[in-house]
Amino acid sequence: MIFTLKIWRQKNASDNGGLVTYKVDDISPDSSFFEMLDSLNQQLIARGEDPVAFDHDCREGICGTCSLYINGRPHGPLKGTTTCQLHMRSFRNGETIFVEPWRCGAFPVVKDLIVDRSAFDRIIQAGGYVSVNSGGIPDANTLPVPKPAADAAFDAAACIGCGACVASCPNASAMLFVAAKVSHLALLPQGRVEAERRVQNMVATMDSLGFGGCSNTYACEAECPKEITIANIARMNREFLAAKLFAEKEKQVSFSL
Amino acid sequence: MALAGLFLVVFLLVHLGINLMLLVDDGGHSFSVAANFMATNPVIRIMEVVLFGGFLLHMVFGVLVSIRNRFSRPVRYQHRSATETSPFSRYMFHSGIIVFIFLVLHFIDFYCIKIGLVAPPEGIDRHDFYHRTIVLFSDKGYAGIYLACFLFLGIHLNHAFQAAFQTIGLNHNKYVETIKTASTLYAIVVAGGFMVIPVWFMFFR
Amino acid sequence: MINLNAGSPRVPLAEQWSSYKAGCKLVNPNNKRKLDIIVVGTGLAGASAAATLGQLGYNVKSFCYQDTPRRAHSIAAQGGINAAKNYQNDGDNIFRLFYDTIKGGDYRARESNVYRLASISPDIIDLCVAQGVPFAREYGGLLANRSFGGTQVSRTFYARGQTGQQLLIGAYSALSRQIAEGTVRLYNRRDVLDIVVIDGKARGIIARNLVTGEIERHSAHAVVLASGGYGNVFYLSTNAMGSNVTPAWSAYKKGALFANPCFTQIHPTCIPVHGEFQSKLTLMSESLRNDGRIWVPAEKADAEKLRKREITPEQVHESKRDYYLERRYPAFGNLVPRDVASRAAKERCDAGYGVGSTGLAVYLDFGDAIKRLGVEAISARYGNLFQMYEQITADNPYKTPMMIYPAVHYTMGGLWVDYELMTNVPGLFAIGECNFSDHGANRLGASALMQGLADGYFVLPYTISGYLSNEIHTPQIQTTLPEFHTAVREVGDRLAKLKNTGGKQSVDHFHKQLGKIMWEYCGMSRNEAGLQTAIGLISDLKEEFASDVRIPGGLKEYNPELEKAWRVQDFIELGDLMVRDALQRKESCGGHFREEYQTSDGEALRNDDGFSFVGAWEYKGGSAPELHKEELRFEAVKPSQRSYK
Repeated sequence: MIFTLKIWRQKNASDNGGLVTYKVDDISPDSSFFEMLDSLNQQLIARGEDPVAFDHDCREGICGTCSLYINGRPHGPLKGTTTCQLHMRSFRNGETIFVEPWRCGAFPVVKDLIVDRSAFDRIIQAGGYVSVNSGGIPDANTLPVPKPAADAAFDAAACIGCGACVASCPNASAMLFVAAKVSHLALLPQGRVEAERRVQNMVATMDSLGFGGCSNTYACEAECPKEITIANIARMNREFLAAKLFAEKEKQVSFSL
Repeated sequence: MALAGLFLVVFLLVHLGINLMLLVDDGGHSFSVAANFMATNPVIRIMEVVLFGGFLLHMVFGVLVSIRNRFSRPVRYQHRSATETSPFSRYMFHSGIIVFIFLVLHFIDFYCIKIGLVAPPEGIDRHDFYHRTIVLFSDKGYAGIYLACFLFLGIHLNHAFQAAFQTIGLNHNKYVETIKTASTLYAIVVAGGFMVIPVWFMFFR
Repeated sequence: MINLNAGSPRVPLAEQWSSYKAGCKLVNPNNKRKLDIIVVGTGLAGASAAATLGQLGYNVKSFCYQDTPRRAHSIAAQGGINAAKNYQNDGDNIFRLFYDTIKGGDYRARESNVYRLASISPDIIDLCVAQGVPFAREYGGLLANRSFGGTQVSRTFYARGQTGQQLLIGAYSALSRQIAEGTVRLYNRRDVLDIVVIDGKARGIIARNLVTGEIERHSAHAVVLASGGYGNVFYLSTNAMGSNVTPAWSAYKKGALFANPCFTQIHPTCIPVHGEFQSKLTLMSESLRNDGRIWVPAEKADAEKLRKREITPEQVHESKRDYYLERRYPAFGNLVPRDVASRAAKERCDAGYGVGSTGLAVYLDFGDAIKRLGVEAISARYGNLFQMYEQITADNPYKTPMMIYPAVHYTMGGLWVDYELMTNVPGLFAIGECNFSDHGANRLGASALMQGLADGYFVLPYTISGYLSNEIHTPQIQTTLPEFHTAVREVGDRLAKLKNTGGKQSVDHFHKQLGKIMWEYCGMSRNEAGLQTAIGLISDLKEEFASDVRIPGGLKEYNPELEKAWRVQDFIELGDLMVRDALQRKESCGGHFREEYQTSDGEALRNDDGFSFVGAWEYKGGSAPELHKEELRFEAVKPSQRSYK
């Protein structure tokens, strides 16, 4: 198969960048999108040019590293698929393919198609955990969890943190990512203990990092490679409202031994 | 924003109910009674202030959120988005602006006349909304603008109604489809209901 | 000769760990915050260790090459995690898990470490559940288990097909909590290129910031390597593209011994290679073998036609199919251990019966299972796997048999460590897949996650305090010391040399060549002549690489080709060591199959008298590496020949 590629090239964070056109031929329909880019890069290296930089790692759809905006859609045309699991047979022979990085003020471009998603780490650091230490834990079966709740928590926990939700959202909002984590922990008794603090802190951090607000376009749900639903966003909104309205102010307790 | 929106949703239904009385063929008697009730009942008078507040909140939040959302993506994509989104949800700000423009016209035409800021057209009492309406709708251009604005309001509402539930956290897998259907029905009833009036006056009177 | 003493407590096996904990030296909380620890890698072992050490109050610096710790390749583990909880009341206990692990590893693992692993396993599940890991549950609300990898008890805990991901997110969230609390500092997008040893002790690392290209110095009182396995030496493997041996290899070059490098695990059920540009192999869960039947055509002519796509597999009549696993191993059939299943597939393909366009594939057929159980039951069990298979290959496994072929999956070898998980370089620890200690010559399914988390959450935090209790008087290590200068200069020189080679071939070209050599001569089966050939080929490749590699871009910028070049250079050297280790080990055991050492019907022949030892290699600069041996003593279990007939 042959393709015309229009790829975003940008030397570094301070460079302006722009689309550059490349041609690739002799591409097997069975090769993955990245293998097609690998083949382009081999050509570029042979010509002494700088290869296209893109993020990728596991290439089996689970690590969440890959992040290409292909023909106007994060992770390309297939539903529930990461870029690394996209194969060239999903494109027409001779097609022109636009490849761009995720676009969001909170995800600055590092180089070419690579963006910095550490904003997501900061949101998790604001409360995306259960505060337990590695020791003194009761037996795992002490606390039964209803199977439906455990399954729903799993559905939310399937988030791979790729950022396709942000990339697809007309507002570059991170609501689905944050909601997935809030939901995952809010649905389990283990996470309930600090649910009120968690949702308030995570939302505040999300807002402070420059992500947009949610206007319910549901683009995130349409593009999430793990098909996480917007019901999680509603759950987070519910948790957030309840916490804002009913959570008591935390008292600063001082003690001395 | 969602709460203010839901409040406006209720207001629209009330407003529609009164307007539909225009269609009662009694020379505007029913309509005038209803309008008079709205203009004199103290509870409604208080609600009017709340309503202005609701509009204001909804608009101010809408503008602020839109500005913020615009800045959250400083560099835009080269390729147009191909993501499937909730119908017209991307155009809430745009349809909102159109509804706002209509609101301004509506204000000048009715509210400002009522409170005496603008002089009513000749021969019509400033409290006589019935004849004022008939005069306005006899202008085909005005009626056309009116119809177009309500088309956009319908589009706005179709998304807004169900989205408001989502925003305040009411999304449940048993009821979500019902809410979505209700949202579309509501949009059709409200927008359609308002649109029936000029059509009636243009073609059947 | 280095004296390899594991230093396991001299008490009966079952009491060793509690005896160790009772006697181990602790560090006072005031002193903990004055002690720096570097942890390299943020997979299950690295993230759990960094988080726990942070909780204890140490000053931790955590490094990963990925953009965020949550992407480490532990995330890709599908099947599950073993623990001797005996929730199913089916006779499981700590001894049985210990015994299965030792036997599965073909009696080449250290008893004391494995026993400790088994005894810690229940605590891991408790902790993970408390962290919010959404393990599968029964309707009664308690945890579900399944039997995995042919064991007789159901001791595997799982979270659909994404157990690794869920456990890693648990560890990552614990790590994130410590980052927020300021006890752990994260350094992402860093390649650790050298270990700094001062007065014989590990005191720091040299890292390259992958975004800016800057060479950084980081010092600490102890360095923990949790940098994973080295399966990418084969180029094509189920590892992530960035998985590399570099931190472990630099430790080796600084004096740490590298143990059992030839022990690699080849997983039997992967999607076959489709062409030259293939970059990565995808694993299909082993659970498929519970219902799928593996076969190749019984006649070469049919195989030939299938390769040319002149006929479809459904057209091969039942009587002309060779269900070779069922034929050779009637007792276990399609459920024989990974190493046995892999070798049998290779044997059939080498003999000319392979299918697929390359002739390197066998069928995994669900036709009978669908007839027996119905499409719905099969879809409920394997729906997501079938979908994944179809997405990759465009073939529908409900209609036509899957094609599978073995692929490199896990490496049992790694840095030699003692009972305390410390290498022979004081202050340098190795945990998780990065060390050699627990899996012997073959790892059982669902054991890797267990080991990574046991090391990180529950073993290292104790054992490192024994070492650090002697370091409380050592002030913060200065990065201006001459050893840091030397290390930085050496790293800089090597990078510049790579960059300025000015050759013609890309890094990938060499990596693919290396992969072919390793797969051909040091893969599923090995022989003396082939291994000798490989030594020559690798040596040629090393020279060719040094003179003909081409790396575009600069040193002080984001340069993925430069990163790869460094890693591949290390892989070439490691390849040589693996081949030497395979040559040295004149027996067949676990994942290591020497063709000269097999029974008359082609089964592995272990030699307990001659090779019941850990082969640990010492780096000797320009000359050949030196082999040291740690004798393995089996007190609780008696080695026996595995049989699956």
